[in-house]
Amino acid sequence: MTAVGRPFSQTRLPGFAPLLVIASATVMTVLVLLPLFVVFSDAFSKGIGHYLAAITEPDAVSAMKLTLLVAAIAVPLNAVFGIAAAWCIARFEFRGKGVLLTLIDLPFSMSPVVSGLVWVLLFGAQGWFGTWLIDHDVKIIFATTGLVLATILVTFPFVARELIPLMQDQGSDEEAAALTLGAGGFTTFWRITLPNIRWALLYGVLLCNARAMGEFGAVSVVSGHIRGLTTTLPLHVEVLYNDYDFVGAFAAASLLASLGLVTLVLKTGLEWRHSGELSANRRH
Amino acid sequence: MNYRPTEDIDADPASGSPLALEIRGISKSFGRFPALNNVSLHARDKEFLALLGPSGSGKTTLLRVLAGLERPDAGEVRFAGEDFLSLPVRRRRVGMVFQHYALFRHMTVAQNIAFGLTVRPRRERPSKSETADRVADLLSLVQLDGLGGRFPAQLSGGQRQRVALARALAIEPSLLLLDEPFGALDAQVRRELRRWLREVHDRAGVTTVFVTHDQEEALDLADRVAILKDGELRQLGAPNEVYAAPADAFVYDFLGAACRLPGVVEGRRLTVADWETQAPADAPQGRVEVFFRPDEVMFAPLDGAGLAGEVKAVAVRGPDVRIECLIEGRLFELESRGAVVPNGVAPGLALRVKPLKPKIYAAKA
Repeated sequence: MTAVGRPFSQTRLPGFAPLLVIASATVMTVLVLLPLFVVFSDAFSKGIGHYLAAITEPDAVSAMKLTLLVAAIAVPLNAVFGIAAAWCIARFEFRGKGVLLTLIDLPFSMSPVVSGLVWVLLFGAQGWFGTWLIDHDVKIIFATTGLVLATILVTFPFVARELIPLMQDQGSDEEAAALTLGAGGFTTFWRITLPNIRWALLYGVLLCNARAMGEFGAVSVVSGHIRGLTTTLPLHVEVLYNDYDFVGAFAAASLLASLGLVTLVLKTGLEWRHSGELSANRRH
Repeated sequence: MNYRPTEDIDADPASGSPLALEIRGISKSFGRFPALNNVSLHARDKEFLALLGPSGSGKTTLLRVLAGLERPDAGEVRFAGEDFLSLPVRRRRVGMVFQHYALFRHMTVAQNIAFGLTVRPRRERPSKSETADRVADLLSLVQLDGLGGRFPAQLSGGQRQRVALARALAIEPSLLLLDEPFGALDAQVRRELRRWLREVHDRAGVTTVFVTHDQEEALDLADRVAILKDGELRQLGAPNEVYAAPADAFVYDFLGAACRLPGVVEGRRLTVADWETQAPADAPQGRVEVFFRPDEVMFAPLDGAGLAGEVKAVAVRGPDVRIECLIEGRLFELESRGAVVPNGVAPGLALRVKPLKPKIYAAKA
């Protein structure tokens, strides 16, 4: 009965809390910070000259270019797709809405290897459209097109997932108001819908981009690992590692790790500055 | 069951002002739920018309049909003789104030108000300075001078409501639609804004339709009131008309506090418990429900005429006296105007209560 009068806000951490803090800090250090440190220390283990040479050799440069190209195609497409899907789902009631929502989540629940394999089964030499594609001299698998397709499939939930709860939360009254004030559909989208979702959209694009550049599984299946042609940066890391070129592998990996750190900083900044305009599930 | 307006919609010679808005046979359902069922009504030019009803009565749906945000399944809407339904939302020049205002949250108050002017086609768009002047005029009309640079999130509920109204008036609408304009405000602000809104309406001279579930608001503010229930129009008339002669039991009940008792009408004779009185010629026959307002009663001694009752409690509440009275085994809360307890009324006393203006409706089967 003595505890009744004490407000909950004053509860102190129980006696074993410091142990838990130490335990989680240890796990974080061993599993996250240490590997990150290893990536950079191994990359620079033979000096900065070796490092620079490793990231400027032609295969590495073409891997970087390919990664940027794939992301530059996949991310805008998924942004457009995400806005369209979120708009449909948040603004309209229709049959099959639940199915559409489930389908959008599918890439999250499915192994990326499967996401790559489906394209091989469709467009590979033995695939459904394989013969037709060979006859017409169209290369999808073991080519940039395949990489883009696989990346799009794996990363398409990011933007849509970020926008749907926000747009449902905001409702359509502002858009309806703009229409009654004489605005057309495009003006309403450009001046009302888009500004209202801009930060959440940026957040989704950021996550989508990080995944698009870092994707390994799906891309690995469709790539064929042709050096200098169809290896993206993550695949390049694997190729070098398998060749026992550890400095090269870690140098390339350090680029990916830096990308991850930049993404993290931007993401945290967005959450800090614009938490109110992100989806409810991201608010702190 | 559908209420038919007694006046002919086409010819309205009685009032000098021409018809502005004509709504005929509008029906709309959402899936299996019928939101509006064959609703017909009209508004005269510059009239202030209230759509009154409980939630789910279809009043907001009707408003959204007028704005063009919902498409009816059947029916016709004409405004100033023009077929309104064939016009897209943006061409209707309808100023709409949404229940939660729907202010553009990323724009300042001034940008909100100017929005309707800035989206006009280039040829019709006023210049920057004209727009600024117009915004300043509207800000002073809604008494928000100097607040043009604020964002909606920095305003109080009442201020947001006035910004929403200014934004709607900026496009010089031919029809103004208000959806529960005071719904989200507290009682004090509500009453102040009510008078003010009426003044703005009279000054702007624009036909206005407003939706409310508050009967006091509708009766106080509107030129005419349309009462809806379950998607059907139950009655249309001036506030004093509908209050004095409600079309049915629902309208009677909805427009104010009501006491009801079962009764029987035979010929011209109405019997309620031990009280017998004359029934009007048009009263329904057989089992009926008798309604009266708690303040429209007379108290009489036991040998007088009226319903036998027993006073349970008496309390003076401000200008009124509230009298709890047991009639026919039911407890009624009656009222007497003026802070004086009527003669012969005291707790524990038996007396007779005579309804002054009883209304008789056929009992539901």
